Amino acid sequence: MDYTFQWRAAFRALPDMLWGALVTLEVALLSMVLGTFLAILLAVASGCRFRALRALAISWVELARNTPAMFQIYMVYFGLGSLGIFLDSFLALLAAITFNNAGYLAETFRGGLRAVPGTQMRAARSLGMGQLQAFRLIVLPQMFRVVFPPLTNQMVWAILMTSLGVVVGLTNDLTGVTQDLNVRSFRTFEFFAIAAVIYYLMTKLVIGSARLMAWRLFRY
Amino acid sequence: MMQTFFDTSLTLNDLWFMLKGAGVTISITFWAVLGGSILGLLLGLGRASAPWWLNGPIGFVLDIFRSVPLLIQFVLANSFKSIIGLNWSAFTVGCVVLAIYTASFCTEVVRAGILAVPPTTRRAARSLGMTWGQDLKEVVFPIALRVALPNWIGLTLGVMKDTALISWIGVVELLRSSQIIVTRIQEPLFVLGIVGLAYFILCFPISRFGARLEARWREND
Amino acid sequence: MLRKAGIRLEKVAKTMIEIENVHKHFSTLHVLKGVSLNVQKGEVLSMIGGSGSGKSTMLMCINGLEPIQGGTIRVDNTDVHAKSTDLNKLRRKIGIVFQQWNAFPHLTVLENVMLALRKVLGKSKAEAEAIAVEQLKHVGLGEKLKAFPSRLSGGQQQRMAIARALAMSPDYMLFDEVTSALDPQLVGEVLDTLRMLSQEGMTMIVVTHEMRFAREVSDRVAFFREGLIHEIGTPEQIFDSPQRSETADFLRSVL
Repeated sequence: MDYTFQWRAAFRALPDMLWGALVTLEVALLSMVLGTFLAILLAVASGCRFRALRALAISWVELARNTPAMFQIYMVYFGLGSLGIFLDSFLALLAAITFNNAGYLAETFRGGLRAVPGTQMRAARSLGMGQLQAFRLIVLPQMFRVVFPPLTNQMVWAILMTSLGVVVGLTNDLTGVTQDLNVRSFRTFEFFAIAAVIYYLMTKLVIGSARLMAWRLFRY
Repeated sequence: MMQTFFDTSLTLNDLWFMLKGAGVTISITFWAVLGGSILGLLLGLGRASAPWWLNGPIGFVLDIFRSVPLLIQFVLANSFKSIIGLNWSAFTVGCVVLAIYTASFCTEVVRAGILAVPPTTRRAARSLGMTWGQDLKEVVFPIALRVALPNWIGLTLGVMKDTALISWIGVVELLRSSQIIVTRIQEPLFVLGIVGLAYFILCFPISRFGARLEARWREND
Repeated sequence: MLRKAGIRLEKVAKTMIEIENVHKHFSTLHVLKGVSLNVQKGEVLSMIGGSGSGKSTMLMCINGLEPIQGGTIRVDNTDVHAKSTDLNKLRRKIGIVFQQWNAFPHLTVLENVMLALRKVLGKSKAEAEAIAVEQLKHVGLGEKLKAFPSRLSGGQQQRMAIARALAMSPDYMLFDEVTSALDPQLVGEVLDTLRMLSQEGMTMIVVTHEMRFAREVSDRVAFFREGLIHEIGTPEQIFDSPQRSETADFLRSVL
């Protein structure tokens, strides 16, 4: 083996990589917030009586779940580009991951809704609560507890998915920064190894904080 | 005929090229899932019955493969193989990495399946006089399968979609083949549309089948 | 002044539940086949009968949780199933306790009882808390105010459900087999609570399998069979000298 590992260069680049990690977290978080909002709409739409809306919602969900994330990013970046809608790499990545998240989370929310027994709604209504009131005060909080673990998982997925930004030229998330450094120095292994460690730590951070949140929120 | 109707520069040759790409996708999926499932099965069985001091480290290592982006795993594996002078093709590297990745998830799938069998049920079987082997075959296996199979199907589909990332280390699978064509004929929407359809046709029926299986089994409980 | 009192007397609202020829279907299943019944204020009525006889369904129809396809149900002269009726408002007058108590798991015992007081009746936090505490002490759960329902036994959760319904100061209380899902040793505490309520003059309709309790506490007992009331009378009439053979057969099978 005539390759000498040169870790010092990699460690010197750590601050840049950590800034990249911050961008990664930013994209992941944004895509989760937007994705959750859209997912709730999709979950409601897929059960509503208006056929066109229901078809749209189901198509979105099935498309998001049965095609690769990388394909979705290409579609948003190149495909929309041919229609005249030019998104930069950051927005394209964000849009694609949000699209993906919304699709997966819609299923999660539908399952979560089913998990709350109908008898809870019945008990709330028999106390005189209106339908929306009962939903907000009784069903929603219980549903939140059920969907919390899948939401956490999806957040981890989102963080890992942001690495695909590099295929459409994103240079300021963690993978983009790492690739940039790689191209300039050809120390592929060292740089990407450190990036891997940073990703690992990020996912552990997310899971840890989620567990803490769950402990505080769901004391019952 | 296609040219007059659709007004595209896409040729039959291009479609054949993409079909070959699809073949590569399916091939990688096959090897990765095969290797990964066998490894996952062994590790899963091991983890379900192993002592904590063995379980912990194995779990830790497997968790790493689930917490680092696949793209980076491919790059690292590819560069590592060059460093140690291994003469593998990018295809082989891809299959190996994907197999280990599959195994890390498959382990959990198997473990969850086994743990889904209530010990009380197994005790009942043994009290009826069944041997350890019979218990495993008649009681544990069917129950574990019902939990594990839908998850395993989902895992396989996930791997098939993840094969798209292998293009980053130079393997020409379905998505990459389509990109090559797009650079030539500049019709991204059309070509990507075909690719999306292809992935959809590969994934959707299988995922529906898995869902139906799951529903049918849940009904019988 | 006497004339005014006379006029006021006439305008006093009827306080009773009037069920007239009610029919109900669950798709093709004809569950209630023309049930007629009147329940006066202060009365304790027990409904007994086999499973599927329609007694629980009858209860669900009284507060509008289930729709009916024929007949009328009037509570204090208001048609429960009329389109113009504000069901949410009506339900404040009718408390119901289910077999599976249906505690709200994400709220403490105290919060469970306070919720409807604040959100439906619009009471202030202090007011709601005072009422809730009083009701919970009334049913013997004064020590468990801050606990979550998951920490309580079935009997305690059921008593909490009773307090939750009572806190709304309903005129009528409906009980749907409230002891059927409990372990035998927990049944007693819930029946004691019901007994106490009956002695305090609450109007109650109790669907139950506890025959001894029904006999002891009720003013009247109605025997349900196949969607109709086959026989109705005082406990002595029903239990000691049933007129219909079906009634006698049923009693023989459960006693």
